[in-house]
Amino acid sequence: MMSNQEPTALERFINGILPENPVYRQLLGMCPTLAVTNGLKPAMTMAGATAFVLICANIMTSLMRNLLKPHLRILVFTLTIATFVTIADKFLAAYLYPMSKVLGPYVPLIIVNCLIISRCEICSSKQGVGTAIADGFGMSIGFALALASIAGVRELLGSGTLFGFEILSPEIWPAWGIMVLPPGAFLTLGLLLGLAEWIGSMKKKTA
Amino acid sequence: MDIFTNLILIFVSAALINNFVLHYFVGICPFLGVSRKVDTAFGMGLAVTFVISIAAFLSWTFTYFILRPEAPLPSWVWQTVSGEPTATVDLSVLSYIMYIFVIASSVQFVEMYVRKFFPPLYKSFGVFLPLITTNCAILFACLEIMKNLQDPTNLWGLGQAMALAVGGGVGFTIAISIMAGIREDLDLCDVPKPLRGAGIALIVAGIMAMAFMGFTGVDKGLEGALSALLK
Repeated sequence: MMSNQEPTALERFINGILPENPVYRQLLGMCPTLAVTNGLKPAMTMAGATAFVLICANIMTSLMRNLLKPHLRILVFTLTIATFVTIADKFLAAYLYPMSKVLGPYVPLIIVNCLIISRCEICSSKQGVGTAIADGFGMSIGFALALASIAGVRELLGSGTLFGFEILSPEIWPAWGIMVLPPGAFLTLGLLLGLAEWIGSMKKKTA
Repeated sequence: MDIFTNLILIFVSAALINNFVLHYFVGICPFLGVSRKVDTAFGMGLAVTFVISIAAFLSWTFTYFILRPEAPLPSWVWQTVSGEPTATVDLSVLSYIMYIFVIASSVQFVEMYVRKFFPPLYKSFGVFLPLITTNCAILFACLEIMKNLQDPTNLWGLGQAMALAVGGGVGFTIAISIMAGIREDLDLCDVPKPLRGAGIALIVAGIMAMAFMGFTGVDKGLEGALSALLK
């Protein structure tokens, strides 16, 4: 009965990557999307940490979905997420110390990333563990792709590098310092959202 | 630097120079979602300022006495239990869970209190209060306070924590009100179709962030002016 109404594991996985991309389609998780995308390295670390928390929280909420009381569920979700974020934060501080300094408060801020709570609410508190894991992976890949696209544009235009390797030498590309500063984040995301919307409308026209 | 100058500098820095929304990107969800009209945007700003102050007060108290390294309360308990007179305890691993708990419960309590004793205020705040639980600006303020309570030789007092929280809330109110004012006029403009909605709002926010970058360095000048004034 449930499986007829709710999307299956495979659909959840595919939906997360492009059709329901967390950043471009649902506008969720804006805070890390804007804050850590001044380079590909911090962006990918953030995507990894978010993926870990999202998948673990999905598994946990899916396992205890029959025990949840409706009025307490949001509190239970946030406390579950906060536990996994503490693990991720301590792990980063232990093994990737310079990166955890760069990310600073944005690792603990994963707790209030609406993406994770919305996945717990929409998917994993209603469906089985397998579907929840597939959903977590799909959404994480979608989130990582979105972060990579924004960070790629900003790092390339702002410092002429990708992952720290020089792509555009300073002679041919005078780096736009504004792109790695806060205004660049807003401008890039705004224009990329417009681009995604435009491509979507083109597809609809041809279809 | 005396305490008065320090407080003013923290306040101005949180409100303008390192604006929560336009510099740290926290509180983007309400910034984009509730900025269609100036009145509601201002109401949201006030609600956030209110909750952020309460959460900052609670999180400073909890962090100072319980959660920071060498905090007095757990250290005293552990010394009494273990019998080692100089042992100290570091419970900072619990801080994130504690903050979330504090924020969620303080939003609940504020909502109940306001509904019972200030019904007109509840009518104007009502919709926003539950939304604030997942507002990153509040958790961000708690984390900043925690960061300044780590080094036992240089601890923030309650005054500094409150200056940061109120400053951040005022900065959020300023940013979201300006944004709502611009968006009200933007409704009359001919925006390219794919950019309508979130796209143009983000571009406007980018231009605002550039404007707010103009405040960089104001703190140095303000510090000089205040020290000259107080002499």
